[in-house]
Amino acid sequence: MPKALARDADPRGRAGFARAAVSTWVLRLVGLSYLALILAAPVGLVFWRTFEHGVGPAWDAVTTPAAKHAFLVTIIIAAIAVPANTIFGVICALAIVRRRFPGKGIVNALVDLPLALSPVVVGLAFLLLYGRNGWFGSWLTEHGVQIVFALPGMILVTIFVSLPFVVREVVPVLREIGTEQEQAAATLGASGFQTFRRVTLPAIRWAVSYGVVLTTARALGEFGAVSVVSGHIVGKTETATLHVEERFQSFDYTGAYAASVVLALLAIATLLGMTLFKPKEAIR
Amino acid sequence: MSARVESLPRAPAVGRTGAGVGMGLATAYLSLIVLLPLAALVWHAGKAGRSSFWDAVSDPQAVSALKLTLAVSVVVCLVNAVMGTVVAWILVRDRFPGQGLVNAIIDLPFALPTIVAGLTLLALYGPNGPVGVNVAFSRTAVLLALLFVTLPFVIRTVQPVLLELDREMEEAAVSLGAGPLLTFRHIVFPNLFPAILSGVALAFARAIGEFGAVVLISGNLPFKTEVASVFIFGRIESGDAPGAAAVSVVILLISFAVLLGIGALRRWATRHDRA
Repeated sequence: MPKALARDADPRGRAGFARAAVSTWVLRLVGLSYLALILAAPVGLVFWRTFEHGVGPAWDAVTTPAAKHAFLVTIIIAAIAVPANTIFGVICALAIVRRRFPGKGIVNALVDLPLALSPVVVGLAFLLLYGRNGWFGSWLTEHGVQIVFALPGMILVTIFVSLPFVVREVVPVLREIGTEQEQAAATLGASGFQTFRRVTLPAIRWAVSYGVVLTTARALGEFGAVSVVSGHIVGKTETATLHVEERFQSFDYTGAYAASVVLALLAIATLLGMTLFKPKEAIR
Repeated sequence: MSARVESLPRAPAVGRTGAGVGMGLATAYLSLIVLLPLAALVWHAGKAGRSSFWDAVSDPQAVSALKLTLAVSVVVCLVNAVMGTVVAWILVRDRFPGQGLVNAIIDLPFALPTIVAGLTLLALYGPNGPVGVNVAFSRTAVLLALLFVTLPFVIRTVQPVLLELDREMEEAAVSLGAGPLLTFRHIVFPNLFPAILSGVALAFARAIGEFGAVVLISGNLPFKTEVASVFIFGRIESGDAPGAAAVSVVILLISFAVLLGIGALRRWATRHDRA
């Protein structure tokens, strides 16, 4: 009703209203065309190219020993990086919200840094720490431990790049719920761990789940940092994303597209997880 | 709410030791994973002295890569500021069939591995593309790749603000005779501005460091389409770790500055909320 009143009061009457309708259409056209050109058409085309000659060739391409091994390596890395970042993410979030300690500002900035830093720079930093000429390089060689150009290094960089997500999702929720219930639990004689398990954890579980979905997506999809520290050894230190690049560079487009489609399907599953766990209240 | 929580006295002594251990663990984890590698990076960059650091950074190819990265990132920010606001607007204020689906795919660039993003763009806009548009190995390709990966930032920061914006102000403006453009400029835009700015800052940070999406489609031609992250990668591959480290430190400083800017922006925006 108020809207109709506003329209009646519009001195330009119907002409002004028609112009508003035109601008709605123009905006819709511009916005949707942009999304189609940048996002929907390229992703759609890769799906179409993959299954152009049927499911058979695509299936063969993702079940070669090298492809299977690459996906296995990716899964192993994610299986270590995601739990590590979940546990420490919750601990870091608790420290940031509930404690005051010297250097808290630095901790806050360090948590955000992986979001803004180039993955190649991250890879190089680990190379200069654990590589042959790195700080720990000679000690590691002496003791026969290989971190760079091997799985441990790839896991470490993946932990680095996917570190912020759980922290960033849990921090606002912890702020929101406050400490009253925790204090009540403590007054009633609950130990620190009991309070955490019975009071804090149930309150943050959706935020943690959402953070875990984002962490997993990043861990599965990391390319730049892993590329620097992996050494690209096919069938050994090659992840799924490195496999896509390697297949593409060897002009095996079917192999590259097929592996891409598997990763894209994982990304779509991530989107479903995100809509499932998205915090309902606009806390951000 | 948060102000009240922070003014509360500390939790009772129960569980204090557990929390202390947690805090120590958190600091140790962050130091080991984040701080130590970055310290090694900075140390290696400065190890050979200031002049060799400066030589590596002022190398013509490095300067060209850094310049291109900054210039393309600025264009990316401008496009995102406009198109991100338009898309956020049609998602909040418009109603059309398939809107839910459109809203869901906005986050796809967050979830999609960057190398896959680069590959998809190359499939459509590369030499074998079905539409006959070939931008591969050009600066347009770099721009396209960065627009893909930064797509969600402005949309996702503007959307919630637009959703909560009080429409009565706009209706008042219209009833007083303001046209849609005037209403947008004087009523809607000032309210969205902090959100647009923080979305743009996030997009900038992302664009500066992007590697995976760019590496296939740009062709990595020195002085033409080589961005900073690809330049650093090239230096690592050719064994020039100090050179790579020097340019990396420049990127690290830019990232840090952008993060500080975003933090300041957030404080400024929330202050506006309370006023």
